[in-house]
Amino acid sequence: MTQRILGPFNRVEGDLEIKINSSNGAVTEAFVSSPLFRGFEQILHGKDPRDALVYTPRICGICSVSQSVAAAHALAQAMSLTPTQNGVITTNLILGCENAADHLTHFYLFFMPDFARQAYSNKTWFSDIKHRFAAQTGTASAAMLKTRADWLHLTGILAGKWPHSLAIQPGGTTKSIQPQERIRMLTIIGAFRQFLEETLFDDNLESITALDSNHALRHWHASHLNSDFGTFLTLADDLGLGRLGELDVPLMSYGAYAGHHGKAHAFDAGIRLPDGTIRPLNPQSIQEDISHSWLSSDDGPQHPYDGYTIPNAAQQEDPENPAYSWCKAPRMDRDAIEVGALARQAVNGHALILDLLTHNSTSVRSRIIARLLELAHIVIMMEGWVKDLEIGEPYCAHSKIPDEAQGAGMVEAARGSLGHWIKIKKGRIFNYQIIAPTTWNFSPRDRHGNPGALEQALVGAPVHEDDDRNLAIAHIVRSFDPCMVCTVH
Amino acid sequence: MNPLRVIWLQSGGCGGCSMSLLNAESPDVYTHFKQCGIDLLWHPSLSENDGTRLTGLLQDIIDDKQPLDVLCLEGAVMQGPNGTGRYHLMGGDKPMMQWIKDLSGKAKYTVAMGSCAAYGGITTAGGNPGEATGLQYNGSQPGGLLPPEWRSQEGLPVINIAGCPPHPNWVTDTLGQLAFDEINNQSLDSFHRPRSYTDHLVHHGCPRNEFYEYKASAELPSHQGCMMEHMGCLGTQARADCNIRPWNGNGSCLFGGYACINCTSPDFEEPHETFCETPKVAGIPVGLPTDMPKAWFVALASLSKAATPQRLRNNATSDYIVTPPGKKEGNK
Repeated sequence: MTQRILGPFNRVEGDLEIKINSSNGAVTEAFVSSPLFRGFEQILHGKDPRDALVYTPRICGICSVSQSVAAAHALAQAMSLTPTQNGVITTNLILGCENAADHLTHFYLFFMPDFARQAYSNKTWFSDIKHRFAAQTGTASAAMLKTRADWLHLTGILAGKWPHSLAIQPGGTTKSIQPQERIRMLTIIGAFRQFLEETLFDDNLESITALDSNHALRHWHASHLNSDFGTFLTLADDLGLGRLGELDVPLMSYGAYAGHHGKAHAFDAGIRLPDGTIRPLNPQSIQEDISHSWLSSDDGPQHPYDGYTIPNAAQQEDPENPAYSWCKAPRMDRDAIEVGALARQAVNGHALILDLLTHNSTSVRSRIIARLLELAHIVIMMEGWVKDLEIGEPYCAHSKIPDEAQGAGMVEAARGSLGHWIKIKKGRIFNYQIIAPTTWNFSPRDRHGNPGALEQALVGAPVHEDDDRNLAIAHIVRSFDPCMVCTVH
Repeated sequence: MNPLRVIWLQSGGCGGCSMSLLNAESPDVYTHFKQCGIDLLWHPSLSENDGTRLTGLLQDIIDDKQPLDVLCLEGAVMQGPNGTGRYHLMGGDKPMMQWIKDLSGKAKYTVAMGSCAAYGGITTAGGNPGEATGLQYNGSQPGGLLPPEWRSQEGLPVINIAGCPPHPNWVTDTLGQLAFDEINNQSLDSFHRPRSYTDHLVHHGCPRNEFYEYKASAELPSHQGCMMEHMGCLGTQARADCNIRPWNGNGSCLFGGYACINCTSPDFEEPHETFCETPKVAGIPVGLPTDMPKAWFVALASLSKAATPQRLRNNATSDYIVTPPGKKEGNK
């Protein structure tokens, strides 16, 4: 058996290192470590509950709006406040804008550049891929950055700026939309659609969301080889990405985009078990285990309403101590869970995703397909939401923070399920606990020795002596679209 | 022109300064770098290489094998627990704090990207559980990881591009000026921020300025009135050009309908009671506009309140313009 530490990884929004045990050139065990601790849960203790809307977005510069929405929902529940209908729509638009931007950024800036690395120089496709996707110099990044910046003008109109806005409130949003701004938003969305249709897909968005099986996708691929999505599918076939990073754990979604056309969520909440059955989400079953985290506790795993976060760095220097990460290990009914676009679309029952999961476990290929599929979906829905706004109606409902209350805010960030749990006593924050998407995906082991999702997905991956050739591991890690700053917070 | 070799590292922050930088427009960030001859040796979100390639590059800089012009840090320096820096390890067992210390003497310029790297920022709020600090300030106190008298090879203190996050052009302008060798001690304000954006107040160009003039105030989120009197807005004290040089198209915090929290200032992360309400003594806001004598403010405020047009009174506490300007137009 060989043991080595991989990292620090980049393009993972924060800090990540992974200890790998391998034999015969394949991973036998992986230990995923988040090496940065900041202490947001302590920072929030004793603060005015409304100030969570300032602090929590700053947990993360890429999931900033998702954090705002989770905080606003937690406060709204604590205040028993129902947001205005316009406020629900604008919140969805701002969140959709961030999630779409994140999906696009992940594909072009964080994921695809790995295929342009020198280790693939013997591949027939290498020079084309390098020309298109190389970090900083690839032709795709310049076009994508301009598109992304234009796209975020939508949030400029709706929420002043991105990242770190205070526009999202428990009762809705702070900015009333004028009739001419609605037209501007439609044109911004239309321009973004145009980039996706001309460059990413070489096809209209509706054709992408209508793909209903792996067979249909392969058929589509054959006639769209030159689109960026088609290029990814070619690489996926050549490199066997459909069998890489496979994982058989429950898939979870808290439900995305609240109050969509009378439904609780546009994308349903729930849990999909590996055998394909769907279970309702039971938030009471969530517990965080810290047996392998550099944290102190006298108690066993805790529900986030009752959990706490007390760092204990001394464990780092004790070779007998099993802890190896600042990350906690959240579990649902003792299961490690995979979250993200793939989980969301599986729980929501998208035909293409269900077909992929009938034939295979989740994989690098299916995670990327689900993300791009969802990107098309979001943009189509957003066009509808803009039209749903009722000009002249209010954007924000108002109420006071109660002296004693609790609330949960459970939302879907681009990279998966994000939860905030707040307890208010004497009008101040008594406890505030956060479980981020990558806390689920990149968790360490729990007290039963069950590894987290990535730790399981890495088993069997090929390992090279030369760090620069460990691209299979790089693809698996980045296929989850990790956000490490959220993970520990 | 020689290329300006830049390395960008992250520690106790959220990555939002980098995300904001990617919002740069006309030109985009890569075009800007190319036109200014900026060679980005490494950036956590934008570079291909990681692992030992990164730690090797950093070691080469420390060993004087790789020249470096600008060291950028995003995020606060994590000194905890008990000054060990073990809250942030990088490349195995070495605290990031130590990497930063080792690298800081090697660059011509050191730049703090955002308020966390400059002063500690949000990461130091609530009793500062991570023992975080800025590079050369701890809050408003001179001296952070580096002592107050520290100077880079070009004789400058750490350049603090404060903001949470900074506007993308505060970063591109400053790096561009460094590339053209146009930054000196006179370019920086008393907290070592580039005066290119801190010679302004957020109040300048505020879309709510008429409401301010007549003290027609918003009372609840989504109201259109001035947010200084009740809603905690610090735009009349905050040093930045957010309403002259808008964000994400035409946005700004004030345009978005919420208060300026003075995020370019040291210690902004700890408001008096809350970010959401204006602290007052005897009905008068505690924080008055910069450079304004208190007696004059009180006198002018009561005068202007008495003169508030009904139009502004109506619109200030509404979500929409309910009363447009009067009929009189033209020069006659």
